[in-house]
Amino acid sequence: MTATARSPKDTTQGELHVKMLRQMLLIRRFEEKAAEAYALGKIGGFCHLYIGQEAVGVGALAALRDEDYVICSYREHGQALIKGISPNAVMAELFGKATGCSKGKGGSMHLFDVNRRFMGGHGIVGGHIPLAAGLGFAIKYKGGDQVCMCVFGEAAVNIGAFHETLNMASVWKLPVIFLCENNRYGMGTAFERVAAVTDIVEHACSYDMAAELVDGMNVLTVYDATRRAIERARKHSHPTLLEVRTYRYMGHSMSDPLHGVYRTKDEVEEQKARDPITHLAGKLKEEGVIDQAALDAMDAEIHAEVEEAVKFADESPDPEPDELFTDVLVD
Amino acid sequence: MATLTYRDALNQALREEMQRDPNVFLMGEEVGVYQGAYKVSRGLLEEFGPQRIVDTPIAELGFAGIGVGAAMGGLRPVIEFMTWNFAVLALDQIVNSAAKMLYMSGGQIPMPIVFRGPNGAALQLSSQHSQAWESWLSHIPGLKVVAPATPADAKGLLKSAIRDNNPVIVLEGEMLYNIKGDVPDGEHIVPIGRADIKREGSDVTLVCHSKTLTVAVKAAEQLAEQNVSAEVLDLRSLRPLDEAAILESVAKTNRAVVVEEGWPHAGIGAQIVDLIQRGAFDDLDAPVQRVTQADVPMPYNKVLERAAKASPEKVVAAARRVLYLE
Repeated sequence: MTATARSPKDTTQGELHVKMLRQMLLIRRFEEKAAEAYALGKIGGFCHLYIGQEAVGVGALAALRDEDYVICSYREHGQALIKGISPNAVMAELFGKATGCSKGKGGSMHLFDVNRRFMGGHGIVGGHIPLAAGLGFAIKYKGGDQVCMCVFGEAAVNIGAFHETLNMASVWKLPVIFLCENNRYGMGTAFERVAAVTDIVEHACSYDMAAELVDGMNVLTVYDATRRAIERARKHSHPTLLEVRTYRYMGHSMSDPLHGVYRTKDEVEEQKARDPITHLAGKLKEEGVIDQAALDAMDAEIHAEVEEAVKFADESPDPEPDELFTDVLVD
Repeated sequence: MATLTYRDALNQALREEMQRDPNVFLMGEEVGVYQGAYKVSRGLLEEFGPQRIVDTPIAELGFAGIGVGAAMGGLRPVIEFMTWNFAVLALDQIVNSAAKMLYMSGGQIPMPIVFRGPNGAALQLSSQHSQAWESWLSHIPGLKVVAPATPADAKGLLKSAIRDNNPVIVLEGEMLYNIKGDVPDGEHIVPIGRADIKREGSDVTLVCHSKTLTVAVKAAEQLAEQNVSAEVLDLRSLRPLDEAAILESVAKTNRAVVVEEGWPHAGIGAQIVDLIQRGAFDDLDAPVQRVTQADVPMPYNKVLERAAKASPEKVVAAARRVLYLE
């Protein structure tokens, strides 16, 4: 491709790539700020960061429509931001404030925005996988053409709910994408130490389901594979299992060490050399789609956006005391 | 008004609610082609088709969760468990997903779902198939729990449960499905949270629900022969509990016996005794007595099983104790 005459298609593609770069950078900077706020005691409880895995959430959600559902585990800040919940509302939720996307009642693990079809962060490993199939069931029942994207970690593959759900999703042909983010460790346990089958895609054979193994450090690869899975779901109402191989740079949650005894510092550094943001930024610079000045400007803009989110969260009020007893049941 | 079995009353409620609202569907093991393990769903597959009467694999956790997800997607699922013993496998979805979705989403996601099936012991099914789970289920904020004892209440409470925008647990019983009673035709609704005096009396209140209604009524008949007038109060709903009805009856009789199918430790009866001691202390003429299942896993042997269960004789003895007739 020459640097001159770009077709409109190239422009669109370039714009998409820049958008994805920006989204990954937003997640990175947001999570870095969340770590800071956690260290300052502004965020409590468990806080599972997405740093290192940004390409998965961004690539996977890029091909979705607004009306499509996304449902995640508790490592979901990134997907929530990409589905359109504002950094202010997510940060305020992490701070437990009334202005948070779950009114301060859910916290880091339970981000929700039903209008944006973001159906939660869920805290029990694998527990939300059947819910995704249920959303797919409802779509099919009503004759809609939406899809449901279900994101979970590799440790959930050892849970019964995963297998029960894949079976039923396949028997009933539900429009669901089961996206497994394989970051190699369930907390501090390496997957190969606790799984008889370490190529997660192979589980799809048991349920006669389409599957793909995807490089999760490359946002464009994730995007392409997800697009194929989304089309399969939307046009043919067939589920897909995607195993997306990625890596988390941080500990399992903020209260865990970066590497501890279960992995080496060298391994973490090695993986950081494959960083999805650096990779895409380099590629786009090479292609002349973006230059360093634009990149710096983008980063500065995101920094300001995240700073604003922290300020908003910090200044927001706690929920009213009466809120303790609301939302237990609807009237 | 027609005379129906409890089973057919439930069937009528399901059929009417499915006719009324296209978003209501039934999912569970054997509900379709087989017509229901206990024939509660007889004829529904023919009328509503496989999209709305959904046969599942034996995967309670999975299909309970699919029901919860379907409710998140705007449907009104009725999830049938072949028995509540098997529903223990699905408790993660009932407790962690259904009961908490509204709260942890800050009020964004209502959960109009019904989990139903037979609860408690039948006959000689031994330890794993004879358990009464109401105290477990009633413990959870975010759930409603009903346990109808008669065909009319079964119909009226199931209809209320299906129309409710919250998760409702409906506890039925293998030993109840065949009992017969008058059931009002069509729109017969029993509100959730309302107890019912099934027999009026003035000397002692027998608090019961589900299968223990029959036990309590038989005990009241025996007590009548001994010139004791027992009031039988059928709770019908366990969460929310009709606290006013319990306190009102105790204020009248000054004595109470609580009868339940479950085990004694942290049982439903313990909650009711707590309510009575706080709300009717000055009305009481005797400590409240409880009749429960023996504090053991259910044995298979017929004689031992009978000894383990609540019985009219045990209730009569307990009533005589609160009346200081022993």
